[in-house]
Amino acid sequence: MLLIECPWCGPRAETEFSYGGEAGIVRPLDPDALSDEEWADYLFYRANPRGAHRELWNHAHGCRRWFGVERDTVSYRIAGSFRLGPAGSETGKGANTERDD
Amino acid sequence: MNRYSAFSLLRNALSHNRNWRAAWRSPEPKKSYDAIVVGGGGHGLATAYYLAKEHGIRNVAVLEKGWIGGGNTGRNTTIVRSNYLWTEAALLYEKSMQLWEGLSQDLNYNVMFSQRGVYNLGHSLQDMRDIERRVNANRLNGIDAEVVSAAELGKAIPCLNVSPAARYPVLGASLQRRGGVARHDAVAWGFARAADALGVDIIEQCAVTGIDVSGGKAVGIQTTRGPIASDRIGVVVAGNAGVLAQMADLRLPIESHPLQAFVSEPIKPVLDTVVMSGAVHGYISQSDKGELVIGAGIDAYNGYGQRGSFPVIEHAMQAIVELFPVFSRVRMLRVWGGIVDVAPDACPILSKTPVAGLYFNCGWGTGGFKATPGSGWVFAHTMAHDEAHELNAPFSLERFSTGALVDEHGAAAVAH
Ligand SMILES: Cc1cc2nc3c(=O)[nH]c(=O)nc-3n(C[C@H](O)[C@H](O)[C@H](O)COP(=O)(O)OP(=O)(O)OC[C@H]3O[C@@H](n4cnc5c(N)ncnc54)[C@H](O)[C@@H]3O)c2cc1C
Ligand SMILES: [Zn+2]
Repeated sequence: MLLIECPWCGPRAETEFSYGGEAGIVRPLDPDALSDEEWADYLFYRANPRGAHRELWNHAHGCRRWFGVERDTVSYRIAGSFRLGPAGSETGKGANTERDD
Repeated sequence: MNRYSAFSLLRNALSHNRNWRAAWRSPEPKKSYDAIVVGGGGHGLATAYYLAKEHGIRNVAVLEKGWIGGGNTGRNTTIVRSNYLWTEAALLYEKSMQLWEGLSQDLNYNVMFSQRGVYNLGHSLQDMRDIERRVNANRLNGIDAEVVSAAELGKAIPCLNVSPAARYPVLGASLQRRGGVARHDAVAWGFARAADALGVDIIEQCAVTGIDVSGGKAVGIQTTRGPIASDRIGVVVAGNAGVLAQMADLRLPIESHPLQAFVSEPIKPVLDTVVMSGAVHGYISQSDKGELVIGAGIDAYNGYGQRGSFPVIEHAMQAIVELFPVFSRVRMLRVWGGIVDVAPDACPILSKTPVAGLYFNCGWGTGGFKATPGSGWVFAHTMAHDEAHELNAPFSLERFSTGALVDEHGAAAVAH
């Protein structure tokens, strides 16, 4: 079982969280302007790396906030958690941030 | 190839079984092949076998980074059925079912295919409506399917708890009598031996590390045992599909997840069929050795580690004990995980790619064992003719941008 650090509540058991997939996927602002391939890319195509993965978790049975985790998909070792910044910013793409909200 | 028969058993018994030949050769890789199959799981080996048998392409290599059948082929719970909801999927899995029905004879290898029936349980009115819809859809496609009541279930499977007082009462089930199980290792070994006999080189301990593309065409691969040239390359590596795609600068709509299963200590025969429940999420059968074979759901997170988290196992165990209270004191012996390649619509990708001569067979996720012969059969056609067979044409990569998905998520009960 993973031990996941919620940036607000601290380290908790995996069963308190739900998984949200790859971090940093930005919903296109103008979907009508996209080609079918670009839309498919947004909907269905994920990096799925073998190694370091930046991903979203939700503390569903806790504070219910979303945050990011960097985890290795082979060893499952967690490098750290990070808070999410506003959409469009560098932090919104899943970079580390110290911002408090 | 030594043909296996009652006579060969007898003859070899007389020489104390010392003269059996290896079931397949272990050749050094050649400099080039007419076709290369990357991945020595059941699907890759079946692809090579049908390339040789159906299309006369015999100068073929199967390259496996570990040992054949060491991936999901040797890690699954071996359930075989073809009762999928949508016509495209139903026809593909039914092709496979028909091949299973003659497979031991065709390969001259006992794959222990046992058509002991597969029950998919319903626990709510909506489950039962979905079951009736699926059974009707199956029959329209010529696939055997029946709806059975809770009372009939109680008779057929005495240790199943069909009491209305259960936490999630069983209201009925669909039954496919032609469904069942097969011996997973034997499937890999049988296809390997039969392909080898037709001239296919099966090369284990040979990991593919690069795909060479020149002018939009596949020209060869890099491996841990040196470069090999070929202008026809089929990639059949299940959970590692994305890793191989990256070697050719392609992306796939696939995510890799751990999927776990476990077996109990061997016990006397108690369950002579296969029982699956999507609602409480567990599925179970009993092996010929007497072990209860139990499968769990996928771990939600992406993973390549061939292991998952304990709560997922616990959840499957709860489901099984809920359905079969009599198993509550059986001890579990082993647990393991595989890496499954999940596509957005829970259907496979059997497709050409933007790189000419490079083909992908993946996306089988949690349920591809049953498809092993059919997958190899259509994929061999695709590689031989550079064009999909009509059975796998709906399973192209393009469907994700055209929107013609074949949405089997949940439609066919548990997707194993
Ligand atoms: C726990 C579990 C239970 C399951 N239960 C069922 C079930 O009941 N019924 C069902 O129908 N399906 C089930 N499945 C799914 C089924 O096992 C798979 O869909 C199917 O076996 C896939 O076969 P394959 O040959 O494509 O993949 P695999 O058998 O995984 O073969 C892929 C091979 O590619 C090799 N490979 C990877 N990378 C490289 C490389 N770079 N170079 C060379 N070789 C490489 C791997 O070593 C591996 O041997 C289950 C899966 C799991 C994990
Ligand atoms: Zn929290």
